Amino acid sequence: MKPVLIIILFSISTFLVSEEACGNYLSEEGEKGFCEHVDIDASDKSSLQRGLKLYMNYCFGCHSLKYARYNRVASDLEIPEDLFQKNLLFGDQKMGDLMTIGMEISDAKEWFGVTPPDLTLESSLKGANWLYTYLISFYIDESRPLGVNNKVYENVGMPHVLADMQGDQYSVCKQVPETALNGGLKQDPVSGKVITQEKCGFLETKEGSGKLTSEQFKTDMKDLTNFLAYMSDPIKEEREYIGKFVILYLLIFSILSYLLYREFKKDLH
Amino acid sequence: MFTRVLNWFDERFPITDTWERHLSKYPAPIGQNFWYLAGVLLIVVLIIQLVSGIWLLMNYVPTEEGAFASIQYIMRDVEYGWIIRYMHTTGSSMFFLLIYLHMFRGLLYGSYQKPRELLWVLGWLTYFILVVEGFTGYVLPWGQMSFWAAQVIFSLIGAIPIFGEDLLIWIRGDYLISGITLGRLFAFHVVLLPLALIAVVFIHVIALHEVGSNNPEGIDIKKITDEHGVPLDSVPFFPYDVVKDLFAIGIFLIVFCFIIFFFPDGGGYLIEYINYEPANNLKTPEHIVPAWYYTPFYAMLRAITFPIGPLTAKFLGFIIFGAAILIIAIVPWLDKSPVKSIRYKGIYSKLALGGLVVSFFVLGYLGMVPPNPLRTLLAQIFTTIYFIYFLFMPIYTKYEKCKPVPERIVV
Repeated sequence: MKPVLIIILFSISTFLVSEEACGNYLSEEGEKGFCEHVDIDASDKSSLQRGLKLYMNYCFGCHSLKYARYNRVASDLEIPEDLFQKNLLFGDQKMGDLMTIGMEISDAKEWFGVTPPDLTLESSLKGANWLYTYLISFYIDESRPLGVNNKVYENVGMPHVLADMQGDQYSVCKQVPETALNGGLKQDPVSGKVITQEKCGFLETKEGSGKLTSEQFKTDMKDLTNFLAYMSDPIKEEREYIGKFVILYLLIFSILSYLLYREFKKDLH
Repeated sequence: MFTRVLNWFDERFPITDTWERHLSKYPAPIGQNFWYLAGVLLIVVLIIQLVSGIWLLMNYVPTEEGAFASIQYIMRDVEYGWIIRYMHTTGSSMFFLLIYLHMFRGLLYGSYQKPRELLWVLGWLTYFILVVEGFTGYVLPWGQMSFWAAQVIFSLIGAIPIFGEDLLIWIRGDYLISGITLGRLFAFHVVLLPLALIAVVFIHVIALHEVGSNNPEGIDIKKITDEHGVPLDSVPFFPYDVVKDLFAIGIFLIVFCFIIFFFPDGGGYLIEYINYEPANNLKTPEHIVPAWYYTPFYAMLRAITFPIGPLTAKFLGFIIFGAAILIIAIVPWLDKSPVKSIRYKGIYSKLALGGLVVSFFVLGYLGMVPPNPLRTLLAQIFTTIYFIYFLFMPIYTKYEKCKPVPERIVV
């Protein structure tokens, strides 16, 4: 039966591998289509709070979080309710309300050609790495109606709302070393110099054109991604906490039931 | 006091008799191995699904406008609603995993042979109901994949020649998958099919206890009995098998809870990522895949790419898809072997069963990935291997050389 079990285990392991394709995004190493990795940490409340602040200021005008409630976010992110109410609630909304927005769907269609999607579940839908890479991949492209394009989501209808923070980002070409057949760098046999070739599609920000440095901007986008990951799966932290006790209980149960089984088995011989 | 109460009941209902017949005196063969645990675990999962299903039902809204949001309501606003939902989503995949193991065990040890033909057919019927139950349940969250998988599966009915299109509209209740269809699938999923499932499973167990359990050796333990008519190679089900099952349930629940608490969407295979987007009939997903437990049959459906005469490729695919499931039911009459267990069957049986397992996994993979010419060719080859196991069974089981089966089980 061993081969069968191996086949089953192998098949299960292939199930578990999933990819998030990132369109035309080029990493610094020149690899195309792979998303940048971002660490998600639901226990980092200050990161989540910064993410929420960014979301409410820059995203919430168009993107609702209509399956979530204000008071739940406030308590999960450890923000006092009165503070939340004073700074983050608009109009006549109440803490127990769902986080919907006032924008009309028909208006949105006219402005952007598409309706901005609700983002409550976006991180589960696309993956956190995809979201982060998408957020850092806007670049100036005059051929587009809004003057910007995105490497991950080509011809996206969304304007670069974070442009004032990030500054001007361009898609540029660079000389990159060629890879030899043996995996090393290709060198000129006479001079020993590394042979390079031109590769296009790298993203480069004009230093000083935005309010933030490139590093600060990336940290902010990580916070925003972290917040959206929390939004998709708000129970993750509690779930994993309870889970440990459940598994512990079941382990004890299994050990005791094994001992019982062994005891009864003795009868039979 | 206890005896008096028991006697009172016994005069009105056969309590003691039932207890003895099904538990304390039911002879369980010795030497049953790992494969024999799937049955009891299936009962456990059935109960998990029924209970979690009832609790989901308390907050689920079966309408086009409300379905998707009500799931998120359960996940976010209902106290511990997330545990109940994850139990149900994980349970459905576990149900199929276990039933496939259970069916494979039957094929491995010839558990369908005389006198267990009816038992096998009843088991097949539970599988068939489960396939429909799984499909109807898959549509209820009303995500993108729910909608488009329903679209694909329903469209198969439309491939039936002459009256297919009319039949499709009649069954679907609308010109496309809509709230009307959702309401119908909902009613089937929560009332009709679970009732049928419970009834058939009950009869399945009664039928099992009538003919007795098989064992990996395929030896008929009822031939050699002691003076009371109890088979020598057996132990009473209660307590000996019950404590074994208890241990198995413990291990199973560890796996089950590990998924629920640490890995609830199973990398996109237990809850598909695309299903996090609400159904949108104007936006077709790049590639539509059914849940993993249907992908072998889905690959067979797609493997048929050529029409024959007036019959379209789609209709023929539908026929192959249906035949692949139906043919499992008639295995007891295809197997002409004098022995039950694979341990005593000849080389052809072993090769054919190996081919079946490999084709099931390969087709399962092919059903998940987008088709290309090579993959379609592979799907055609492995669909053929799948059917060879069944269609040639009367021949290879009849003419192969089997080993002699011993009289007694040696552990």
